[in-house]
Amino acid sequence: MSNSGLQPTIDLEVYRYRPEQQAEPTYDTFTVPLRDEWVILDALNYIKDELDGSLSYRWSCRMGVCGSCGMMANGEPVLTCAAFLKSYAPGSIRVEPLANFPVARDLIISMDDFMEKMNRIQPWIITDEEKPLEEGEYLQTPDQVDEYKQFSMCINCLLCYSACPIYGMEPSFIGPAAIALAQRYNLDSRDHGQETRMDILSTDDGIWQCTFVGECSEVCPENVDPAGAIQRYKVTSTNDWWKSKLLPWTSKQ
Amino acid sequence: MVKRSNEPFWWALFGAGGVVAALCLPALLFMTGVAFPLEWLAAPDYESLYGLFENPLVRLAILAIVSLSAFHWAHRFRFTLYDGLHIKHLNAPVALFCYGSAIAFTGFAALSLYTF
Repeated sequence: MSNSGLQPTIDLEVYRYRPEQQAEPTYDTFTVPLRDEWVILDALNYIKDELDGSLSYRWSCRMGVCGSCGMMANGEPVLTCAAFLKSYAPGSIRVEPLANFPVARDLIISMDDFMEKMNRIQPWIITDEEKPLEEGEYLQTPDQVDEYKQFSMCINCLLCYSACPIYGMEPSFIGPAAIALAQRYNLDSRDHGQETRMDILSTDDGIWQCTFVGECSEVCPENVDPAGAIQRYKVTSTNDWWKSKLLPWTSKQ
Repeated sequence: MVKRSNEPFWWALFGAGGVVAALCLPALLFMTGVAFPLEWLAAPDYESLYGLFENPLVRLAILAIVSLSAFHWAHRFRFTLYDGLHIKHLNAPVALFCYGSAIAFTGFAALSLYTF
């Protein structure tokens, strides 16, 4: 940790958990150069290269596209590639794995729960029958694309699950990103899977766990607005419920 | 087949209550609580208000406003108790208390307006 007197530095308190060595997590403090252009991910890379090669964390693109470097910085879920060190100075930065998930090692969480939920909402275009190739492509107007485009911007970074107090209390909640992704397909004019997905979404563990705290949309780096997707789906689900009670002969089941 | 939630029933009442409360209550509170006592506006006299309430549609509208507002409260308070106090295991009694209060309040309001 040699620093010339001129180079300003900042301390990172980094969550450490190596299951083969320790039963309980600890924190290691590292002093890193405080450079204007450095983000937390740069600091972690500096630690791994120069100070402690055993530090484990996920990252790939370092430009807000891959969604793998999400962590807690001073208790807030952030993409560490987009969180500049200087915005935390003076003072130290506490870097922890994303909240509400089991920790596999150091800053790496286990994503299994989310992967299962994402699959459960069937995030692909469901058609009644596949159109033969010779009939050409499925056309959409710009308005039809705009319907779902916002919800298609999700990079699966899981910041929304970390920010969601409901998911923290009720791990069975299907969660913000999975519901926004379901809406990405529900609102696609080529998709006919709304009825199938409603069995997953219109349940107590689906949208009805949500109390519209709205933190998911606050932390989303891609402005997907999962809270908006959920609210919108609550209207869809409510219309369907009243229709099935008042006009039972119109619903399929 | 997965069991779909019956939450939409309560959520619809909650949503409707939120809308009518946000639209009507500030205006009612402002008039009856501020503007009339401070004589910014001329308060309607007893006879004209009484005449207004003789119209069953007015009584129905008042019932809708107070009843839906009560269901709005019930739904919100239910989740405040669940999430604030972490008492998910008391799901049934909490729901019974909250929605039961709103239903009782609606009954009381309906009776008052009917026998008025």
